[in-house]
Amino acid sequence: MGVRITMTRNVFTPVPTFPRQGGRSSKDYRMKLQLLKTKDFWAGVMLIAIGAAAMIISQDYRFGSALRMGPGFFPTILGGILIVFGLAIMAVGVRRGEKIQEKVSLRALILLPLSLVLFGELMKHAGFVPALVALVFVSAAASREFKLKEVVLLMLVLTVAAVALFIWGLGLPYPLIKGF
Amino acid sequence: MEIFHNLIFGFGVALSMQNLIYCFIGVLVGTLIGVLPGIGPLATIAMLLPLTYNVPPVAALIMLAGIYYGAMYGGSTTSILVNLPGETASVITCLDGYQMARQGRAGVALAISAIGSFFAGTVCTLILALFGPPLANMALKFGSPEYFSLMLMGLITAAVLAHGDMLKSLAMVALGLILGIVGSDVDSGIKRFCFDFYELADGIGFVVIAVGLFAIGEIISNLSDPEERVVFTSKVGSLYPTKQDLKQSFGPFMRGTFLGAFFGVLPGTTPAIASFGSYMVEKKIARDPSRFGRGAIEGVAAPEAANNADAQCKFIPMLTLGIPASGVMALMLGALMIHGITPGPGVMTQKPDLFWGLIASMWIGNLMLVVLNLPLVGMWVSLLKVPYRLLFPAIMVFSAIGIYSTNNVSFDVYLAAIFGILGITWRVLGCNPVPMLLGFVLGPMMEENLRRSLQVSDGDPSVFVTRPISLAFILVAALILIVMVLPAVRAGRDDITG
Repeated sequence: MGVRITMTRNVFTPVPTFPRQGGRSSKDYRMKLQLLKTKDFWAGVMLIAIGAAAMIISQDYRFGSALRMGPGFFPTILGGILIVFGLAIMAVGVRRGEKIQEKVSLRALILLPLSLVLFGELMKHAGFVPALVALVFVSAAASREFKLKEVVLLMLVLTVAAVALFIWGLGLPYPLIKGF
Repeated sequence: MEIFHNLIFGFGVALSMQNLIYCFIGVLVGTLIGVLPGIGPLATIAMLLPLTYNVPPVAALIMLAGIYYGAMYGGSTTSILVNLPGETASVITCLDGYQMARQGRAGVALAISAIGSFFAGTVCTLILALFGPPLANMALKFGSPEYFSLMLMGLITAAVLAHGDMLKSLAMVALGLILGIVGSDVDSGIKRFCFDFYELADGIGFVVIAVGLFAIGEIISNLSDPEERVVFTSKVGSLYPTKQDLKQSFGPFMRGTFLGAFFGVLPGTTPAIASFGSYMVEKKIARDPSRFGRGAIEGVAAPEAANNADAQCKFIPMLTLGIPASGVMALMLGALMIHGITPGPGVMTQKPDLFWGLIASMWIGNLMLVVLNLPLVGMWVSLLKVPYRLLFPAIMVFSAIGIYSTNNVSFDVYLAAIFGILGITWRVLGCNPVPMLLGFVLGPMMEENLRRSLQVSDGDPSVFVTRPISLAFILVAALILIVMVLPAVRAGRDDITG
């Protein structure tokens, strides 16, 4: 298609599927290494781990019977279903061998969650304005195109806009700076 | 004639000053984010949901709905003018829309897209008004087993029709169901999966999960894979289509609308599927298929009608049955619950102002979009020049404040950070988070209905196959699963869902 692919990467973006990898490697250890690079292997691991955790934790809740389902009934069954799906996905993955393709920016992966944690902590201890400043600054730093002057300006604009909209406009009851 | 009374009543609600303003804000914000690539309706609605806590539920729903169909609309504007789809639903519009623009017919393409959306919106308003009440009346007679089977069918269909690996989507549904029951169990009062965090006693916040996955996860993903956005603006030209244009577009409008409406009520399908499908239909039945891709007006008319019809008809199962057919509808259900309204067939009888007001507002909102957007096209396009590096910190600000203001606890913000990381992890592993969101919303209701069903039947699980309506749902679910496993169908599914 003549469509230029854009940077729209929302959830509706189709996940590309890749053709099956060619013939199997004759060497066993290489196959294992290959497996560790596939999407399906890790997806399976994740699902099995969560399913197992759900089943183990649910042991603490009464299972009950079909007639009187206890709080442990539903999660235990779901945990089992997750494990089954996890195994099936792994099994399919061995055959398909679809490798992990997407690259993730480590910088964004660390800085964006960090900026939220800072926001949360500063909301507790320092107030709305410091929390916003930290949030904008640290999250902006997640981009490789970070420019200090521009970010300072953006910080000012967004902080003023947020204070105007949320505190003065919508009347959210947060102190701008604690202690003042 | 009752339908007219109801619609007039709905318009009475929707035309109140407050509701008109919220409708306007909704379509404006929707168009804005529709134009901007990198942020979709799902993330926006999740972010703005907390802002509607103090607003009456009718106005809140009207605004959130406006964001949704406004985004469909905004996405096609940029497809036509700059060959840059703001939403994936409008990817297909690029093919012929941009070609028309290059031939100096951008204005006509925009107008046809607007008229098509409006036409589809009008038809779907009527469909909703016609089929909503009987569907809800039927659903009011459902007992727990029927409900459980209905939800099971909805979730399975959603997982099967969602794009990406079917097995993974089904697994994500199960994962969502587990996440959905975190918190105090209604039956026993035991706190499940709370790990001593008192903040989790009421369950994982709806906004937390949606913003984490779809706003923060998205940003991480976008920053990981930056692509240049080059904007070549075409001249808009005359906005008035000729008689010939309109004549050529009428058939595609009709076919697009009905195809979109059909896909719309199916859980799991995205508007992208409807618009893609309708484009294919037009190309198949065209006398001269080679015109497609070179500025055929049908290639704009049909997909635009289809994606709008799809977006609007997604409301049918949500409003009448309480079943979310897409991620956005899951958010709408969440919005209802936050306002203390139990989703389901009862909404129409207990909250007729909400049901009919929302329907009427969609028609008004579509009209606003036509009137509002055509003159403002230039402004929307200039917004594209805002670089992403300035945009995403603003999204972070809205996300963080939105999450925090829900319960005023920092814990929720941390949880959203975790879901952001999970969101990008799942994307890398090829796991679609939308089926998870649907499971998450339905988790508690499914457990409750399963429990009640088994109580009624003395613990006999055959109750789900001995009651005819429940059996029908189960059979449909099984049929869909079996059909999708067939190799031929599977290949076709991959073509459509990617």
